[in-house]
Amino acid sequence: MEQFLQQLASGLANGAIYACVALALVMIYVSTDHINFAQGEMAMFSTYISWQLMSWGLSFWVAFILAVAISFVFGVLIERIILRPLHNAPLLSVVVVFIGLLAICNSVAGAIWSYLIKEYPSPFPKSSFGIAGVIGPHQLGVVLVTLIVLSLLFVFFRFTPLGLAMRAAAQNPQMARLVGVRVDWMLALGWGLAAAVGAVAGIMVAHIVYLDPNMMGGILLYAFASALVGGIGNPGGAVVGGFIVGVLENMVAFTGNQIEKATGVYIIGNGEKLTVALIIVIFVLTVKPAGLFGRVVVKRV
Amino acid sequence: MPSLLEVKGLKAFYGQTQSLYDVGFDIPDGGITTLLGANGAGKTTTLRAICNMVRTEGAIRFAGKDVVGMATEEIVRLRIAHVPEGRGTFTTMTVDENLRIAAYTRRDKAEVAAERDRVFGYFPRLKERIQQQAGTLSGGEQQMLAIARALMLKPRLMLLDEPSFGLAPLIVVEIFRILRRINEEEKVSILLVEQNAALALELASHAYVLETGRVVMSGPSDVVKNDENVRKSYLGY
Repeated sequence: MEQFLQQLASGLANGAIYACVALALVMIYVSTDHINFAQGEMAMFSTYISWQLMSWGLSFWVAFILAVAISFVFGVLIERIILRPLHNAPLLSVVVVFIGLLAICNSVAGAIWSYLIKEYPSPFPKSSFGIAGVIGPHQLGVVLVTLIVLSLLFVFFRFTPLGLAMRAAAQNPQMARLVGVRVDWMLALGWGLAAAVGAVAGIMVAHIVYLDPNMMGGILLYAFASALVGGIGNPGGAVVGGFIVGVLENMVAFTGNQIEKATGVYIIGNGEKLTVALIIVIFVLTVKPAGLFGRVVVKRV
Repeated sequence: MPSLLEVKGLKAFYGQTQSLYDVGFDIPDGGITTLLGANGAGKTTTLRAICNMVRTEGAIRFAGKDVVGMATEEIVRLRIAHVPEGRGTFTTMTVDENLRIAAYTRRDKAEVAAERDRVFGYFPRLKERIQQQAGTLSGGEQQMLAIARALMLKPRLMLLDEPSFGLAPLIVVEIFRILRRINEEEKVSILLVEQNAALALELASHAYVLETGRVVMSGPSDVVKNDENVRKSYLGY
């Protein structure tokens, strides 16, 4: 039982990370119909920035807030400078630019900070945080931080005029212009927010996966799966999808271990959890192609 | 009466295709003007050209200001409200959110709240449905929402594209009655594009007839109404 709870907790912590990255993907997707393949590498870069700030002597949380703010600005700039000129470009050109961005982030990070794996601290105190035997201090902290960030985003999009304008711009850009919304700026803001949320995910996961330029590769894949499971056009769905995928992969490994312990037969273990989780994702998508919470888009021809 | 909107030698293009050749008209401040014409004559394009939603050439002056080449959202901020073809409902948002987004550019909160009450005075049905998702409203209600949303912008000029489209005759009569009240009580000038020429000529004081991207006739509604060609082509008697 204790082992089960531990696995569940670690699944939730991973899921929180996937949820953040998936949400970042969805935020850009709903307003531009593009999947930003560089989202993970941008988050990795943000994490290095926070590491750099800490190595200059700033405390964790100051570095955290500064890195998230810098990422926001970078996100806005990337949209304004790199993607704005591609406004009417064919889809494949945009995909190539995203992949280029991915490669650039990766190699620039490697050039500045080297490819050597670095330890990354956890800000959550071991003594007073977490529940012994159930959830570790860092896991609990990650879940709490993500929940706070997600709630802030929810409140922003649901209740503030700017959040409303961003939703309007994503849903019906032409009509949004007709009520005076500066749609181009809303897209840039969306990029900034996505980069900031990604930064939170990167900083939170770095203690678990360690800091190196390739740290976000696997996570982006999980986040992508989460977004698809939840319905790629649905921010709430992406968040739930993240938690589902996170818990699912750990449960797969846990079940495999239990079976091995009881029968001595090895079927699945930690090594296969990504594979099995993705198989389940594919299965979900064959049954519900729009994702669990997605809506089927019917187009009139 | 001074002109609120002056359009001269307006041309418009969709890509390489030119769809307006020479459109010119004046909208008096406080009046209702209608653009008539068959399908494809360029009525919708003219409205879209005013808000720079298509590539345009020519002269468009609103309240003395040249607006050609300005971004759509900046033109709108001069208080031109465009009620587009198909109503432009934000379908997944609530009625309340649709109205709030329309007041997005305004900073005068107290006045916005007063406006909202006045808008509900015109459209009590929207108030009943305030928390409903806008996409689930009936066609008539969505048209009302579109007009209400335009009003929340506190417009000086309202551009209406086929407000009768796809609606039951009784609803159409109701909406046109409200449009007249809005014109008189809110001092909003209206430029109306309408397939239903009889209805449009009854509401408007001035009419322009478009054919394949050109103005072929214009004048006070009474005169246009009695023109033989207009009668045959658009009024059907």
